[in-house]
Amino acid sequence: MNLHEYQGKQLFAEFGLPVSKHEVIFNADEAIQACNKIGGTKWVVKAQVHAGGRGKAGGVKLIESPEEARDFAGQWLGKRLKTYQTDENGQLVSAILIESCTDIDKELYLSAVIDRSSQSVTFIASSEGGVNIEEVASKTPEKIIYENVDPLTGPQPFQARRISSVLGLDSNQAKQFSGMFQNFVKLFNELDLSLLEVNPLVINSEGKLHCLDAKINLDSNALYRHPSLVEMQDPTQEDPRESEAAKHDLSYVSLDGNIGCMVNGAGLAMGTMDTIKYFGGAPANFLDVGGTATQERVSNAFKIILADPEVKVVLVNIFGGIVRCDLIAEGIVAAIKDVGVNVPVVVRLEGNNAELGSQILADSGVEVESLNDLESAARKSVELAK
Amino acid sequence: MSILVNDQTRVLVQGFTGSQATLHSEQSIEYGTNIVGGVTPGKGGTTHLNKPVFNSVADAVKAEEPNAALIFVPAPFCKDSILEAADSGIELIICITEGVPTLDMLIVKKKIDELGLRLIGPNCPGIITPDVAKLGIMPGSIHKKGKVGIISRSGTLTYEAVKQTTDLGFGQSSCVGIGGDPIPGSSFIDMLELFNDDEETEAIVMVGEIGGSAEEDAADYIKDYVNKPVISYIAGQTAPAGKRMGHAGAIIAGGKGTAADKISKLQESGVHIAESLLHIGETVKKVIG
Repeated sequence: MNLHEYQGKQLFAEFGLPVSKHEVIFNADEAIQACNKIGGTKWVVKAQVHAGGRGKAGGVKLIESPEEARDFAGQWLGKRLKTYQTDENGQLVSAILIESCTDIDKELYLSAVIDRSSQSVTFIASSEGGVNIEEVASKTPEKIIYENVDPLTGPQPFQARRISSVLGLDSNQAKQFSGMFQNFVKLFNELDLSLLEVNPLVINSEGKLHCLDAKINLDSNALYRHPSLVEMQDPTQEDPRESEAAKHDLSYVSLDGNIGCMVNGAGLAMGTMDTIKYFGGAPANFLDVGGTATQERVSNAFKIILADPEVKVVLVNIFGGIVRCDLIAEGIVAAIKDVGVNVPVVVRLEGNNAELGSQILADSGVEVESLNDLESAARKSVELAK
Repeated sequence: MSILVNDQTRVLVQGFTGSQATLHSEQSIEYGTNIVGGVTPGKGGTTHLNKPVFNSVADAVKAEEPNAALIFVPAPFCKDSILEAADSGIELIICITEGVPTLDMLIVKKKIDELGLRLIGPNCPGIITPDVAKLGIMPGSIHKKGKVGIISRSGTLTYEAVKQTTDLGFGQSSCVGIGGDPIPGSSFIDMLELFNDDEETEAIVMVGEIGGSAEEDAADYIKDYVNKPVISYIAGQTAPAGKRMGHAGAIIAGGKGTAADKISKLQESGVHIAESLLHIGETVKKVIG
């Protein structure tokens, strides 16, 4: 799950990390009051979407009067911001962050991720901030440091000193960073983050470190520990069908093709998409209906798949392991009757009681093409989708 | 021969009296697995599926001397259950549960490595040695005793690979699901090493998927150390970047972890790539048939 910058900054502040004085508004009328509350004569207004590249797309502006903030909010709230990280429709701007303007001496980069190779939380820092870190990594790798935090012993001061040295910090800044490093790790661990990025981390005109950005991703597996973070979820930033699927505990990702897929198991779901492509078709979605595939789950899955107007055929691919295919077939029949499916459905049942399952489908009176091997089922689906 | 699981394996089931554990333990027992008992705190002294139930792993170890633990407890309790099994020195720990927080796994993995124990999973189907023992949730009936070792990050894809190698008559020496999480207890490399040393295994099928670099790391290892043919299928060739495809670990991040990269790296290391999911068995046949 991803958070907005304003939510990230709120959490940064809670963990003692330096962020600018800020207000978030959801209505243009609130802009002038927000600027006055922050005070000063210069502000930065930032459109809040779950995507990077906002500055270049016109979603960030330096302003010198509260009226400009109001105009900016009026221009963006409810509109869609298109950046190089969004799709062609862009992301809905549902909030505007207004913050006091920071005079910048130097821009740095800091992030932390769960690194699969070192099997630890790894900090990545660079003296080159405000730019694309992948480019820095390929062109000037000497300007980047990777520091793994041992999961058992935690962050150590010497690691903060090593990072400070690569960032080129003076002794006061290094001291400040040492405290920040501990707080970043605390934030990461206590809130179960999967990614934290501050780009840029700046040195301001007073010589102090300051977080100008705050990007946070949370580990979805750990959300049960953080009900207050779950409330921060912004459904407007997600594909509506993906949100709907998540409500029913189904794992769904929408794609560009026209063959809807319903599969048990995430790996087999990907494998089914690949097989469709192998025979010249294009999958409309990834959908893992789960190991149990009850009638209720199958019904919900059909509804979500068919909400995509591009879908011309649905391929159901079930490898019945422990679950019996005859029970799944009954679920499919009931679901098709329940949902009122108006496109052809191809079903491949394999494994436990597959023949009995196929018989149930054949006798049901619902129109399904039942095939017991994936090759025929995938070929048939591709043919029907043409 | 086989890997990890054989006729000497004595299994302790943690979370024994829960519904999933009950269903799968029944099937495992029916398959011939030697389940010696289970743990459910608060239910010690009772019996379940005609096996003794203990309050703690330590109690169970004293009474039944298990050498493998099979964990079905809900995700919030997996860290505790794995560490409890590790604390009692159980050398093979298999965690089936999906949805374990990643930061829990960082700590667990570090501790398991420190103690020199072996963890399989979480978020995996488990291990089976056909006709001998089944420690997990896979359907026993599709397996056949034989000579192909199978390693996979996905449950249902493992079943596809198993079915194809069974249908063509090769059968399996052992099958291990290492799980679809970003921080798995054991890696492809750990299993490749075991299969390479196993006399019964003539070829190894490695089923990978997008995300991370486990397949690339395995490719390097295969090139340097594995002297048996390796056949591989990588799922997710049509997966978009930046989206988690069901498994917590299956995501293309920052342009890395694509199926195409993994396939080309594996090919460079001499691995035989199945051109589609349908071709795993046929590729095995081409190589050792």
